[in-house]
Amino acid sequence: MVKEKKIIDSFEALTKEIEPKPKIIKNCIMAFLVGGAICEIGQVITYVLRNLDYSKEDISAITSVIMVFLGALLTAVGIYNKIANFAGAGTVVPITGFANAVVAPAIEFKKEGFVFGVAAKMFTIAGPVLVYGIGTSVIIGIIYYVINLF
Amino acid sequence: MQFPLKKTKNWRRIILEFIKAFIIGGLICVVGQILMDTTKLTPGRILVIFVTLGAVLGAFGIYDKLIDFAGAGATIPLPSFGNSLAKAAMDEVESSGFIGAFSGGIKGGAAGITASIFFGYIMAIIFNPKTKQ
Amino acid sequence: MTDNDTKRRGTQTIELKNPPKIISTFSVVGPKEGQGPLKQYFDKILDDDSCGKDSYEKAEREMMFTAIKEAIKGASLKETDINYLFSGDLLNQIISSSFAAREFSIPFFGLYGACSTMSESLSLAALMIDGGFAEYVVAATSSHFSSAERQFRFPLEYGSQRSQTAQWTVTGSGAMVLGKSGDFPEIRYVTTGLVKDYGFKDSNNMGAAMAPAAVDTIYKHFKDTGRTPRDYDMIATGDLGAVGKQITEKLLLEYGYDIRGNYIDCGDIIFNKEKQNTDSGGSGCGCSAVVSTGYLYKSLMKKEIKKVLLVSTGALMSTTSSLQGESIPGIAHAVSIEKD
Repeated sequence: MVKEKKIIDSFEALTKEIEPKPKIIKNCIMAFLVGGAICEIGQVITYVLRNLDYSKEDISAITSVIMVFLGALLTAVGIYNKIANFAGAGTVVPITGFANAVVAPAIEFKKEGFVFGVAAKMFTIAGPVLVYGIGTSVIIGIIYYVINLF
Repeated sequence: MQFPLKKTKNWRRIILEFIKAFIIGGLICVVGQILMDTTKLTPGRILVIFVTLGAVLGAFGIYDKLIDFAGAGATIPLPSFGNSLAKAAMDEVESSGFIGAFSGGIKGGAAGITASIFFGYIMAIIFNPKTKQ
Repeated sequence: MTDNDTKRRGTQTIELKNPPKIISTFSVVGPKEGQGPLKQYFDKILDDDSCGKDSYEKAEREMMFTAIKEAIKGASLKETDINYLFSGDLLNQIISSSFAAREFSIPFFGLYGACSTMSESLSLAALMIDGGFAEYVVAATSSHFSSAERQFRFPLEYGSQRSQTAQWTVTGSGAMVLGKSGDFPEIRYVTTGLVKDYGFKDSNNMGAAMAPAAVDTIYKHFKDTGRTPRDYDMIATGDLGAVGKQITEKLLLEYGYDIRGNYIDCGDIIFNKEKQNTDSGGSGCGCSAVVSTGYLYKSLMKKEIKKVLLVSTGALMSTTSSLQGESIPGIAHAVSIEKD
């Protein structure tokens, strides 16, 4: 009579052994290439704006808006997720990934209407980035204020 | 005689800028990929770490040095968003005092956040979800 | 339990003394499944997985409605002849089943067994007939890739990277009509599973999460009935996929049962892994439903096989339980389908 405890131990060992390991090298290469390419597009935009003599703040804002637009458009036509499947972090980390995280649920939940579908669900994936980013900036601001009192 | 010399110097600098942008941008993504593949962290959690890290590095002025070096290779990846938020909060504290900690941060991310909301909505109007094959 | 009149065998199995016959089946699948290795066994292949409806949820219930309606028609019966409908699906509040049932006037039992629903509904339908409580019963289930993704995982347009252990939810629905007589495959044993949880938490590797349940139910089935793996031409689990399948084989060996010679997994065979990019294979209630109503049933009718043990497997978690740090419990129900 085989005790179940032995089976549980075997199960734990087997799951680690049988689980296919991710192809880390291949994934990193693709992430590098795609991530680099997306940054390169941003670099082109920045370069053009610099030659058009925009101020540093304006360049930053305009580049963000254009990159977000590109990410949104590629998401909407269904290309961004195809690239993401092999690019992994190369599409997640750039700001276009943020746009993808906002636009994807917006389009998906259209079936549930424009208020409780699109609008309510838009930030289900990207929300944490805003909460933690803005939250951290508040703490930094407070610490900065306190430090400057001395 | 000076004009052609100046032009070659410029082109070399520009090409170097583009190379640095590609490499640094790619490397930041590789860090994300390694975290995705070797830890149990989901992409969502990794982005939270990146944006927080960007804010902290921004508070110390370190991230700006990376931007000076790599241009878009540093501004396009998500830590840059955290950097913008942190810098804007500190700037606002400088000009408006304590309340700046609250009113400043979002200003730094205004363009990106607003663009994603606006374009998200527009895309939802125009496009429909497509099935995967 | 030594009374010869009892139908109970061992701890979890019932031997059906009036084995119900599966008199008709019908399977509906999406385009991707219709391009897979089993395409010739499916009754209806959709060109478009939205079925002309304006949401994937509505498409899923349309598939289930079609499967049930055509299965009843195929049995030369009318809706009013059917005494009970047992069905379930993956969606919250099983709306595919409830809304499909809305279109019929058949007393309805809605079930949730996650991906084990095909053999769960079949078990209950069989017991109804064997117990003399019904003349004709329908067992059905469905799943849809897009409706499952948007509920359990991410929006379709979201750029996420699939892991190699991930599975592809099958877009498909299968229905079976059970009756009392006729020259059809019959159900002889029903082994009802226990909920099994060995602490596995990775929701990207459902196959491994469900393997303990499959192992336990198959083991108990053999122990309760005194049968061995060689008594069956085929032992078919629902959707353990390539990874879960390996784990199941190895763990059953430790229990003393070697199923490697005649063991298939519906999720493993429904797609062509390389051509269709499906990583660890198919999953979802629809997976074992269309493979059993299509491939297994037709093979039994053509006498290519005589005895099948269908073991649909389900993962009984929700996104909430996972976020709260819970592991993934599994369940598996075994039904023996035989035609001598």
